[in-house]
Amino acid sequence: MSDLLYSDVELSLRDSVRAALRRHAPQEATARLYDDPSAGSSAAWAPLARDLGLAGLLIGEDHGGAGASAREAAVVLEEIGRAVAPVPFLTSAVIATTALAAAGDETFLPSLATGDATAVLVLPWSARAGAWQAGVPGADIAPVAGALDADLFVVPLAGDNELELRGYSRDEVEMTALTSLDMSRQLAAVRTNGDGRLLLGGASATQAVNEALSCGQALLASEQYGIAAWCLETTVDYVKTRIQFARPIGSFQAIKHRLADLFLEVTQAGAVARYAADTRARGDADAATAQALAQAYCSDIAIRAAEEALQLHGGIGMTWEHPVHLYLKRAKADQLALGTPAAHRADLAELVDLPA
Amino acid sequence: MDNARDVIERVDDLLFQHDPGRLSTEEFLGARFDAGLAWVHFPEGLGGLGLPRELNAVVEERLVEAGAPAPDVSRNGIGLGMAAPTLLAFGTEEQQHRYLRPLFTCEEIWCQLFSEPGAGSDLAAVATRAVLDGDTWVVNGQKVWTSGAHNAQRAILVARTDAHVPKHAGLSYFVVDMSDPGLDVRPLRQITGEAEFNEVFLSGVRVPDADRIGAVGEGWKVATTTLNNERVAIGAGADREAGQIGLVARRWREEPELRTAAAHEELLHWWVEAEVTRIAGERLRQQMAAGQPGPESSAMKLAFAQQAQAITGFALELDPDAGLLYDDWTMVRSASASFLGRGPGFRYLRAKGNSIEGGTSEIMRNVIAERVLGLPAEHRPDKGVPFNEVPR
Repeated sequence: MSDLLYSDVELSLRDSVRAALRRHAPQEATARLYDDPSAGSSAAWAPLARDLGLAGLLIGEDHGGAGASAREAAVVLEEIGRAVAPVPFLTSAVIATTALAAAGDETFLPSLATGDATAVLVLPWSARAGAWQAGVPGADIAPVAGALDADLFVVPLAGDNELELRGYSRDEVEMTALTSLDMSRQLAAVRTNGDGRLLLGGASATQAVNEALSCGQALLASEQYGIAAWCLETTVDYVKTRIQFARPIGSFQAIKHRLADLFLEVTQAGAVARYAADTRARGDADAATAQALAQAYCSDIAIRAAEEALQLHGGIGMTWEHPVHLYLKRAKADQLALGTPAAHRADLAELVDLPA
Repeated sequence: MDNARDVIERVDDLLFQHDPGRLSTEEFLGARFDAGLAWVHFPEGLGGLGLPRELNAVVEERLVEAGAPAPDVSRNGIGLGMAAPTLLAFGTEEQQHRYLRPLFTCEEIWCQLFSEPGAGSDLAAVATRAVLDGDTWVVNGQKVWTSGAHNAQRAILVARTDAHVPKHAGLSYFVVDMSDPGLDVRPLRQITGEAEFNEVFLSGVRVPDADRIGAVGEGWKVATTTLNNERVAIGAGADREAGQIGLVARRWREEPELRTAAAHEELLHWWVEAEVTRIAGERLRQQMAAGQPGPESSAMKLAFAQQAQAITGFALELDPDAGLLYDDWTMVRSASASFLGRGPGFRYLRAKGNSIEGGTSEIMRNVIAERVLGLPAEHRPDKGVPFNEVPR
């Protein structure tokens, strides 16, 4: 069975990431992205990518990365979720990096490892492993997450006979920013211009894309757990101090019981996200099941936690001023990203032999 | 790990000297106790070796491989899961030596005399009284929801020894000999038709003071330890599809004619819930083995009850014609609790108790909210008030 706890190294990574996000990705700055998207993610991302080495966390040491596993990346994503941070760790350092590594890339990984470049796998953000369509050269691919601040575009394109995975630089694509439900991960329409550079073709290209999406799916669950954990903790703190009817509202059973239920769900989300990360890290035979399970569960729990947080904050939760809306929007977008819970349940049905 | 190797050697030695194939279950379990392999984390001489708790898994795995018999938890769950840890924590050496061995071999089955008609969720409100007469306590009162009382040789009892102090401070904890003539055990029939539980009437039951566990007035502290053990035991998981979901999943695979699109959605929903709870339970065990606090054991029980009820209800809908029937309404006094046995109708009805027994789901939510999340406590009008002045 999996080791579902955190090692000392993972706990210290968590502390550093949490501290860095508090300094470089405050919620007020993320809220401002809704009014002024041009600020982008680089101010928050550059120090994490370079100083903490998060850009190269999953890249092998031979390419200048840290050679860490999905377990450590999951710890980072928990913190990113907690901070609702607008950084391209998942899209660049996890998904695009996994695609490039699976494609045997030697050229781009070293510059990704140092944080000098940021990459994106150009597919609609709703794509999931085994269920995506390659783009068509010269046509819009949308909505793509993590593209706006990217330097390298890894694009699955329908070639003449087979799938081609092609690399494009920033000046070889046309990009339109899209007004997004979740502006902490703003989406874009991307269109290729010219031929770029062939990275990989055929069945192995398909496999590289599936591998990248699988890894993203397994680890998105940890971001969703982080969102849910913040919502629970913030709400518990709030109901202890909010006084109505001359008592803290957290003394009412109607509220205590809702939070107890939410505690159960958030705790379970944490366990199953950890299971997905650990099975992925070890290449365990149960990794695919764990990933579908974690996605089916954590997607909905992140939203439930954000919705409960909003409701239990009452009027203040409905205001622009309070950060809970940032979490609600991120949670809802994360639910639709990389496959909906229903799609993951359908995957699960096949994986555990419970056919429709 | 040296300890693990040492333990395996001791198990092999036990198996060599006491062939389970030739001995009765009681004889083999007695030898296992004497070898310190009953609970390795217990002290030497009391069924243990003073080793870390997680080595019990090593012992059990080795014994299962060898086909050796294990103590029957379904018959003696109260003894093994609750009385033994309580005796270890609070019993005198004399009590530990007298009770632990026959408890482990299941020669003595234990039951629990805690709940009363007027003390369910509010367990500290028990009214059964114990009055000291020389060196013997005389006990009068009524207990309820006592599973296995009709098969038990011993009971753990919480009774009021002082009504002039607030409710928690006036309780004491005893071991009762179930052959006492003052005990009247009557079956309590439940909605399933069977009587898994009993009502127990105590009239002048005599308990030697030597059978008191913990100090007079400390019964609440002792009982709380026991109840925490119960919650962990109830919330513990097992292999994938080991619970109610496994029964439904197997039918789904074996009988394609039952499948509908709506049922498929519901099946997958509950499969996910059950599996996630199983993984969270596994993490809880890892936390506890690593000596980290596991505040979510109350939450695990909550999840277990919700799922058992929903999944057993779903199982009836899956096969409506069969769901309309029931296997047997005959009143039987079962020797053990069974959540997975008998027909789907029985399982549906029995699961209704899962959110009541061992702490209702509402109390579990209070426990989580107050002890885990630190939310303000409920208003308690009886707080600090002597028990005999509390309106009841």
